[in-house]
Amino acid sequence: MSVETVVPFVMVLIAALLPLSLLPVMIWAERKVSAFIQDRTGPNRAEILGIRLGGVIHAIADVVKLMSKEEMTPARVNRFYFVLGPFLALFVPLVSFAIIPLADSLNLGGTVIPLRAVTLNVGILFVLAVTSFHVYAVVFGAWASNNSFTLLGGLRSAAQMISYELGLGLSVVGTVMVAQSLDLGRIVEHQGGTLLGFLPAWNLFLQPLGFLIFLVCIFAETNRNPFDLTEGESEIVGYHLEYSSMKFAMFFMGEYIAIIGASAVTATLFFGGYQVPYLDTDFLRAHSTGVLRVMLVSMGAICFVLALLYRRYHRRLTALYHDRRRNEARMLGGMMLLMGLAAVVALLFVSPLPEAGGQVVVAAVQMTTLLVKILVVSFFFIWIRWTLPRFRYDQLMGLGWKVLIPLALLNIFLTGALLVFSGRT
Amino acid sequence: MNPYIPLLAVVAVAFILPVVLLAMSSMLGPKRDEAAKGDPYECGVPQLTPPRDHFPVKYYLVAVLFLLFDVEAVFLYPWAVVYRRLGILGLVEMAVFLTVLFLGLVYVWKRGALEWD
Repeated sequence: MSVETVVPFVMVLIAALLPLSLLPVMIWAERKVSAFIQDRTGPNRAEILGIRLGGVIHAIADVVKLMSKEEMTPARVNRFYFVLGPFLALFVPLVSFAIIPLADSLNLGGTVIPLRAVTLNVGILFVLAVTSFHVYAVVFGAWASNNSFTLLGGLRSAAQMISYELGLGLSVVGTVMVAQSLDLGRIVEHQGGTLLGFLPAWNLFLQPLGFLIFLVCIFAETNRNPFDLTEGESEIVGYHLEYSSMKFAMFFMGEYIAIIGASAVTATLFFGGYQVPYLDTDFLRAHSTGVLRVMLVSMGAICFVLALLYRRYHRRLTALYHDRRRNEARMLGGMMLLMGLAAVVALLFVSPLPEAGGQVVVAAVQMTTLLVKILVVSFFFIWIRWTLPRFRYDQLMGLGWKVLIPLALLNIFLTGALLVFSGRT
Repeated sequence: MNPYIPLLAVVAVAFILPVVLLAMSSMLGPKRDEAAKGDPYECGVPQLTPPRDHFPVKYYLVAVLFLLFDVEAVFLYPWAVVYRRLGILGLVEMAVFLTVLFLGLVYVWKRGALEWD
């Protein structure tokens, strides 16, 4: 087995498993950040052998609960479409993740191996095409349920999603004009280096108007606040009213994976994707041994700080309680201490890396950078949820058609004019 | 390698996962059938109207407008890729096209198709 055959397999696995492994993190973050913003504790009770991980276990408890509930199919529903709805809700966001470039291509003695699952030169069009399928999940689920409320809810959200898809498609055109390619890899490469000497050359700074329109549109596309009229938890009945058990959970999971996917696309298009600010791939590769050292030092430092925090937490708990809660802090603190020590030991044995090893280290750094960017954008999604009130439906459609689409057209024209008059054509 | 082969692999993984979840929940969950359970949810009263009855024509209008404008938006992509090679001529041509697109939007707007009341 040569490297060229192994890497694509690994990339497909990463592309499929990354959104799934981020899913519990996202659900946990949604609850904890909401709790933080509302000045309360948030989930902290569910435990496995005393381990609570600050509430992450609640996500596992949810899955177990939802899976062991009765799967109800109401009478007179259209069974095929009733199942197809939740299936598509989960399937579509999972596929859309495959196109994101995770790191710069490996270059081993002339053979270039792209570090992403699918390398298509129509990148952006693929993303738009696949995400537009999400509307079918809503429409099928709503129509098949044999209920007037779900039908109305489904129509409402379908109209919302297709309206904002227009703004979404038009806002990306400016980015394509700057990068001269639809390929996401090329768009990310184009965002390396700096602008005016001090800003990272991200599309965020080259396309500020396009970015704002794009951001508003993905909020509406993923049905998040302030555009969550599809569901509107306490006020309006949504399209998944008749669903129970795992089928309901699949809509829920799909929504969160769509948020992670939308964050990934935003990070790729406007925040420079895997590019580490100010340090381009060539620089990182030239100093790969130093990069590895910095990685190990920061990893060790984080582990030691966490170990210290766990030690203090353990002391506080010991003074208060006499149950299994004490064990968690001791165990995790010990683990952090061991990991920190491992990082220190590894640091002592670092020798200058061979070319291939250096490239792998750089790829790991770039993937981490992308992950951090995805998490920051996801955090922004949650932050907005508790900051802005919900739109009224006529305001929502008005914003989409009367504000965002003309603005997106203006953005395209301005980008074109600026490119011509700055002599970059 | 053909780039669509790994895409197929991703599609396969994304296909299997929901199927496994659905199968697991239908095996693990209890089954207790009662006549009233299958009724549509209408806040506790029997269903008053047929569920797939009339709905506002507005939604249909939005769908038609979406089709029109989306097709026009797709024309922008190939132009955007080669724009820098077209130069000022490309800008003028696209300005005309965008103006026509925008006039269409203005027409729809003035006719009141975008109002929800």
